[in-house]
Amino acid sequence: MLNFHKEHKNLVLAALIIFVALSILVAIVPAYQMQATVPIPSQEALTSQQEKGLRVYVSENCAACHTQQVRGIEMDNMWGDRPSLPSDYYYSKQRLDVWRQSPSVLGSERTGPDLTNIGARQPSDDWHLMHLYNPRSVVSESIMPSYSWLFKEVDSTAVTEEDVVLSIPKEFFNKPGKKIIASQEALDLVAYLKSLKQTELPDGSVPQFIPALKEIQTGNMGDGNTGTGPNGAKLYNATCVACHQANGKGVPGAFPPLAGSGFVNDENPEMLIKIILQGYDARSEFAVMPPFADQLSDAEVAAIATHERSSWGNDAPAVTEEDVKKIRDYINNELNQ
Amino acid sequence: MKIFHFIIFIFTLVLPGIIHAQGKNVSTESWITSPGILGTIVLITIVLVVAIIIFLTHINSYLDAIKKRQEVKTRTAFDDELVALEESHIDTILEKRKAALHYKLKGNELSGDNEVFDKKGLIQKITNDPNNAYFDEKKKTSLSLETPEPLKKIVIYYIGAAICWLVLGTLIGQYLGMKFIWPEMDNQSWLSFGRLRPVHTNMVFWGWSSLAMIGLGYFVIARTSNTIIHSYKWAWRAWILINSSVILGSIFLMAGINNGSGEYREYIWPVMLLFAIALVITFFNFYKTVAHRKISEIYISNWFILASLVWTIVLAIIGYLPFYQNGLGETVIQGYYMHQGVGMWFMTFTLGLVYYYLPSALNKPIYSYSLGVLAFWTQMLFYTMIGTHHFVFSPLPWWLQTTAIVFSAGMFIPVVAGTTNFLMTMKGSWSHISKSYVLPFFLVGTLFYFVGSTQGSFQAFRFTNYVWHFTDFNVAHSHMTMYGIIAFFLWAAIYAILPKLTGKEPPQVLVGAHFWMAFIGLFAYMVSLMVGGTYKGLSWIEGNAFIESVILMKPYWVWRAIGGSLMFTSHLIFAYNFYYIVKNRKQVLVSEATKPVEEITV
Repeated sequence: MLNFHKEHKNLVLAALIIFVALSILVAIVPAYQMQATVPIPSQEALTSQQEKGLRVYVSENCAACHTQQVRGIEMDNMWGDRPSLPSDYYYSKQRLDVWRQSPSVLGSERTGPDLTNIGARQPSDDWHLMHLYNPRSVVSESIMPSYSWLFKEVDSTAVTEEDVVLSIPKEFFNKPGKKIIASQEALDLVAYLKSLKQTELPDGSVPQFIPALKEIQTGNMGDGNTGTGPNGAKLYNATCVACHQANGKGVPGAFPPLAGSGFVNDENPEMLIKIILQGYDARSEFAVMPPFADQLSDAEVAAIATHERSSWGNDAPAVTEEDVKKIRDYINNELNQ
Repeated sequence: MKIFHFIIFIFTLVLPGIIHAQGKNVSTESWITSPGILGTIVLITIVLVVAIIIFLTHINSYLDAIKKRQEVKTRTAFDDELVALEESHIDTILEKRKAALHYKLKGNELSGDNEVFDKKGLIQKITNDPNNAYFDEKKKTSLSLETPEPLKKIVIYYIGAAICWLVLGTLIGQYLGMKFIWPEMDNQSWLSFGRLRPVHTNMVFWGWSSLAMIGLGYFVIARTSNTIIHSYKWAWRAWILINSSVILGSIFLMAGINNGSGEYREYIWPVMLLFAIALVITFFNFYKTVAHRKISEIYISNWFILASLVWTIVLAIIGYLPFYQNGLGETVIQGYYMHQGVGMWFMTFTLGLVYYYLPSALNKPIYSYSLGVLAFWTQMLFYTMIGTHHFVFSPLPWWLQTTAIVFSAGMFIPVVAGTTNFLMTMKGSWSHISKSYVLPFFLVGTLFYFVGSTQGSFQAFRFTNYVWHFTDFNVAHSHMTMYGIIAFFLWAAIYAILPKLTGKEPPQVLVGAHFWMAFIGLFAYMVSLMVGGTYKGLSWIEGNAFIESVILMKPYWVWRAIGGSLMFTSHLIFAYNFYYIVKNRKQVLVSEATKPVEEITV
């Protein structure tokens, strides 16, 4: 009856039917199930500008090098506070238009860093714009392409109030009388990137990562500058290095140096801690520094401050967790009043 | 029976690894001895060893040839000496000889003006002007096959277009590889890495591999059905559709219009629709041809080829229908689509080609027909289930990931069945390795079929995924399979059939250069990214700053670019070889046609 060797119709039909059945089982049914996911209650929808930014993200195919998934394993903890959930993608993974489907933002290559939490990790507009214009102006070893076509070169005289002017170091842009301003697309893209933050789960529960490297968890704790607690150097590299650079010298005209800085070396760390917690925008020649109070614990701020005060020739006393706690409480009180 | 014992044996070997890989706690302390990594190292070593063996056989036969030439030289020198001897001296010698043997040589048996006769027909080819003094000459294949002219034209044009895409596509690939070293090479939006990467992948997938496969498939379908192709006209229409789809798709991608970054479905649906219509046409054409076959059995190649067309049509439809693709629904489909694109289209179709071209190149039947049937059904069963192994530890359902990992291990069955079948077919014809330029391509393709697929299964295990996922190792794996398996098999088939269709053989030195540059290039490409990718993964696990993993990759990216350059150069040589085979084809055909029938061997 089913002689596949002689009945071409049966052969092709059998191959078709079994394949379709398996495909429904392993692709279509789970896809429908995943599509039924609802967003986390506190999750925010994309604004129309962020939505436009997502389209730029798709057009430039950023997903070729950047993932947006924190896997449930210890090593991915550096990219987010918790593993990604299906709900996280509710707003960003909708069909774009009649021609293009829901964007594959999860990605499969991590040639560049994961972007799940980039909005929290790197909240500075200026940094993002400079980084897009020329990644090597802020991360010297970066191999990311420059997206200079998202920017316009204009005469200094033609710059208007609304234009966002970039302060690019001379070695990357040196044409007297000319300025680089961001196009609307670049601003949209940055708005989208800044929207990439993990939403806190409503009941405050944090899904656990699968632990992997016991030696790192226990063994490496001791190398921090304070002897115990978080590792200041590592935290600096994860949080501050993008702007202030590994050598502490910053980027001239954009991000101030920490090496030899008066604030950093001040006997009294109060101002330094305040800047880290609240951000800083008092000097017009430098970019705005975003606040880190929500991201870093007291112990972490202390570790970072101590690291900064003892590196690159700086020599100031260590900062303790209590110092930070005092200032944080003070700021909170001030805000409440 | 033997085969089944072998499969069971392999399974018992691998089983502990699978169970181990499912554990929830993974430790990287002894990463080098983990089954996945150890297995991969063993597999790579296999390829290396066989390559060395091929190389040594070649060297050996070359040395033999030199030795022979040396012997001939000494003999000629001796002859000359004899001729140059003085009369009186000869006399004395002859006197001695006469005294000893009562026998006398005239001195001109091996030289002189006498006309040469080869009474026993031992001499095949006489030349005073060998092709190349430095390389061993390969055996000539018997040329010319009785094939309808329109079919020849279709095969040649499909392969010709495919080669254009191969050269252009790998040029782009090489350019992309260089961007890792010099990110500021250009500042054009349409040449930026993100936009160009899918241009490269889609061009070599849909342009090169697909067109070459279908072109070679037309010959197999007609030949094994012992009939003519149902409609030549439709074959041309499909040719135009596929080429237009690649042209339009590439332009769209460079203009920044892509379908949402999903790998291998970056072409927007109107463009992919052209490709899908071409698939439907091709399927219809093949199916009708098989239906009108003049023999009762359907040859196993046609099983693979027909099924791969049906499966890929289904795949394109599922991949592009919008109803279930919002949220992570898209991600489930993405895993399914990108793996099946490789498994059900390229792998299945190419295996079908090998089941015809390998035995026909060796002029013997396939080792086991039933093993081919086993491979066919298991290919369908296991390959379909494993797409989600691209998303291990992702937010996709854990059961779906586990299913994918388990069935990835199940892939050993079709892979072992296929490899055994091909190797056993080659058994007894190993001498062809040094005598033919087609078999080395088949052998490397078969080896990579085993090594690449098995390595892929290893990579799906949770531990190896832990180290390798998201790193450059993936890029190495995809080149090992799409290039090591698919491209090498396609080259083998092209070199096996095209000279027979046109009656012209390419210069053997250039085929050798193509083979070795492609192979060494691929090896450099693959090993550098595998080693670099492993270090990158370990660096991430250690929690180092991300930029450190970028810095540590730099030397490996340089080696990758070097390997890539060799691969690209080999494609230029291949393109020239193709040109050489098909140029002035009509004239050759006329001269072949005037030969008496008995001189044409099929």
